[in-house]
Amino acid sequence: MGAKRRLPHFDDLVFLGASMTRYPLEGYREKCTTKTILGTRYAKKPLELEIPITIAGMSFGSLSANVKEALGRAATAVGTSTTTGDGGMTPEERLSSKTLIYQCLPSRYGFNPDDVRKADAIEIVVGQGAKPGGGGMLLGQKINPRVAEMRTLPEGVDQRSACRHPDWTGPDDLTIKIQQLRELTDWEKPIFVKVGAVRTFHDVKLAVHAGADVVVVDGMQGGTAATQTVFIEHVGIPTLAAVRQAVDALEDMNMKGEVQLIVSGGIRTGADVAKAIAMGADAVSIGQAILMALGCNSETYVQKGTHHSAIEDYAAIGTAPGYCHHCHTGKCPVGVTTQDEILEKRLEPEVGARRVKNYLQTLNMELTTIARACGKQNVHHLEREDLVALTIEAAAMARLPLAGTDWIPGVQPM
Amino acid sequence: MCGIVGLLIKKPEWRESLGELMVPMLIGMSDRGPDSAGLAVFTATLPEPQRKYSLYSKDKFDWESLGRSFQASFTSASEIQINGNRAVLISDREPDRVKQWLKAKYPHLHLLSTGRTIDLYKDTGKPAMVADRYNFSALKGSHAIAHTRMATESAVTPDRAHPFTAGEDFCLVHNGSLSNPYSIRRRLEPLGIHFETDNDTEAACRFLEWRMREGDDLETAIKQGFVELDGFYTFLIGTADKLALVRDAFACKPAVVAETDNYVAIASEFRSLAHLPDVKNAHLYEPAPEELYIWMV
Amino acid sequence: MECVTFDLAQTPLRAVNHYLHHNLTQTGGQAIEILNPDGAHNIAVGLNASVEVKILGHAGYYAASMNQLANVTIAGNVGTGVAENMMSGRVHVKGFASVSAGASAHGGLLIIDGDASLRCGISLKGADIVVGGSVGSFAAFMAQAGRIVVCGNAGEALGDSLYEAVIYVRGEIKSLGADARIEPMSEADYATVAELLAKAGFSHNPQDFQRVASAKQLYHWNADAVTSDSAFQ
Repeated sequence: MGAKRRLPHFDDLVFLGASMTRYPLEGYREKCTTKTILGTRYAKKPLELEIPITIAGMSFGSLSANVKEALGRAATAVGTSTTTGDGGMTPEERLSSKTLIYQCLPSRYGFNPDDVRKADAIEIVVGQGAKPGGGGMLLGQKINPRVAEMRTLPEGVDQRSACRHPDWTGPDDLTIKIQQLRELTDWEKPIFVKVGAVRTFHDVKLAVHAGADVVVVDGMQGGTAATQTVFIEHVGIPTLAAVRQAVDALEDMNMKGEVQLIVSGGIRTGADVAKAIAMGADAVSIGQAILMALGCNSETYVQKGTHHSAIEDYAAIGTAPGYCHHCHTGKCPVGVTTQDEILEKRLEPEVGARRVKNYLQTLNMELTTIARACGKQNVHHLEREDLVALTIEAAAMARLPLAGTDWIPGVQPM
Repeated sequence: MCGIVGLLIKKPEWRESLGELMVPMLIGMSDRGPDSAGLAVFTATLPEPQRKYSLYSKDKFDWESLGRSFQASFTSASEIQINGNRAVLISDREPDRVKQWLKAKYPHLHLLSTGRTIDLYKDTGKPAMVADRYNFSALKGSHAIAHTRMATESAVTPDRAHPFTAGEDFCLVHNGSLSNPYSIRRRLEPLGIHFETDNDTEAACRFLEWRMREGDDLETAIKQGFVELDGFYTFLIGTADKLALVRDAFACKPAVVAETDNYVAIASEFRSLAHLPDVKNAHLYEPAPEELYIWMV
Repeated sequence: MECVTFDLAQTPLRAVNHYLHHNLTQTGGQAIEILNPDGAHNIAVGLNASVEVKILGHAGYYAASMNQLANVTIAGNVGTGVAENMMSGRVHVKGFASVSAGASAHGGLLIIDGDASLRCGISLKGADIVVGGSVGSFAAFMAQAGRIVVCGNAGEALGDSLYEAVIYVRGEIKSLGADARIEPMSEADYATVAELLAKAGFSHNPQDFQRVASAKQLYHWNADAVTSDSAFQ
């Protein structure tokens, strides 16, 4: 899971809905487009998504095969993409996902050219918001025979995912790495570059220099089950601060619109989505909140249509529903973050898919509700001037005026 | 993050063609560094006490008036060689006085280099454009180092392009990124060492030049650098009579060397060496980490 | 048999790789020759056919990377990441290889006649690598599976954080990395070395090689195993 401390967040921003100066659209009826195209810069086949909300990369290994399948089904049902993770592509998720983004990570676990060819886009992961500068650590208890085989490792050993790619360092070499993946895929597939939020202004510029079609910026609220608390809570900057830096970088290079920006890390509600888009993101990506939708931390799990209590199993690992963050143990009582044969059956793909689909649809409805209230026929027409800040911290980080004023801390009035 | 190239001519007749050989090397590294480019060339040495000063102006500048004004202030003849936004001032007056005069009278001019042999050029733009702008292919000399830049943390401006210089006839180009440049800088500033940019490479350049002024030879200074300079780097260093190459312990940033009887050529990637005469028969190798490669003119 | 020839001084790399990906059936198994590589990157990336490819000169980064089935020979040196993520087939470098040769390769055989620079076989996942010369520092860093035969010497921190990959070294080892150890050679090891040397065309005596493998002390988290400066002690 991501940072637990209180951070300036999208909650600290509010929209200026339409009133006299602007004209709103009717909430549920009047046209409001959510179509989102990603990868228009170089790729012959950009991704065309129905909604600007995608599912973030999460590994098979941290998640079970059933969960990966559920995510694929849900994404397909709402017309969006899902993403592999550190551990390779499973047939379950490829078959169930219409649009699947294949991650190229430092560990290269399970990475292979056949799956590159099967993917709809490639995401080169430089870093993650939860642990920028760090690799991963999947503890041995989660390494069942299938996970071990996919990762070419013995069963039950701790897996240290590397912090740097084995074959390139820095943007100059990344330029050549991106060209390699383009050559391999005959320049068809979009290449994403994902960075954890730190020196985001520079990092986004360098990803663009290196030739990325899409840049993914993951703020410090991004989740993980594979690193230490000291990393999660003390390395990286909040998503709110990162999104503004990322947009500034694209605008500074005059690349806004040519290179798409995806923002992730702590996106939970349709309001978060709308705010990220208004700030300048083309889409958002969600990991942790999707797991919540799947039933993470629920009191019950559903098998064959019946709810069963998981409270005792939470107690057995020393926690309780609503407080659990024991993903690393592999003993997820509701079958989300586990490789245990019995526990993984607690998350049936159909049930999981329905829950995630409902969640994504709700987010999209909330997003369009806000967009219409701001008078937009297209959610991508939300702009940062539609937002004001409620706290000085948020105003400074997002460089938006404090509500009711024209004061942006640290910015000289024109 | 960048591309670096260097060339040292062994065969005296070839010194006339230094620029011609260098330009394709520089342009070959354009993908690694599309923002800016720069080149330092070591030419025939001026007799003591003469010095030459490479100067750069961001805007159009009347260099001839600078020459006249110099004459008036110093009652001494000076020579000024003009090349667009850049000029070389040659004078036999005391260097510190000249530098102070330049700074006081023309604060917006950048002093790119000082010495008896070095000429320095750097500017923003694609390497091919920069090479063209200053007619690099006409340059003559014994050795040169050059750089193409993809800016990381400091902005894209002419003064933040490489090569960096410190002291006299000393310059350095860098591929990589240092992880403690500000603490190096904070150590040097109280010693009266003035920094002109926020570029990490300037910290390495001034650190090494400071060590040498304190009495270290180049080799000792670089060895001290292994201890003090953290991060990833391949450095190429030019002095009046030497070309030096060094990589950090991880050697993540590339370099390849081609040596023949006629030249030593260095580049981040072989594609910048492929056009050189007789490169097929050159001794080609990759420099090892934390080893010092020094070639004498 | 005639071969199909491309000259990279005339034909763009994209056209050559496109041909190698899509048009090989038309050539009916003829060998492909690539002239004037001049250090270009990504030559013959992602081949997926049993074909003979010869690159006549020095190649840049990722030569023959992600290879499947093809037999690629580079009559020259290669830049970073030759045969990176190779799945099967054979890649033979006649000169020296820069850093990260065979990185993350899952299968196939990589032969380097000269030296290999740092991080040779990093994150190796099952391929075999035979180096005729020496390897630089951090060879086989975090290597998971596969075999590396080094006919010359090995640099610093050999086999740091190894998993199941095994390294055989004929010359001197400057230092072993964390969790790597020298183990006695078994009959099976001699047979492995003999087999790989034969495949690579080297005639050294397998008896001259030492085996380096993981001590498996880092397979499970152990706070006492954490040192601040392990690689250089």
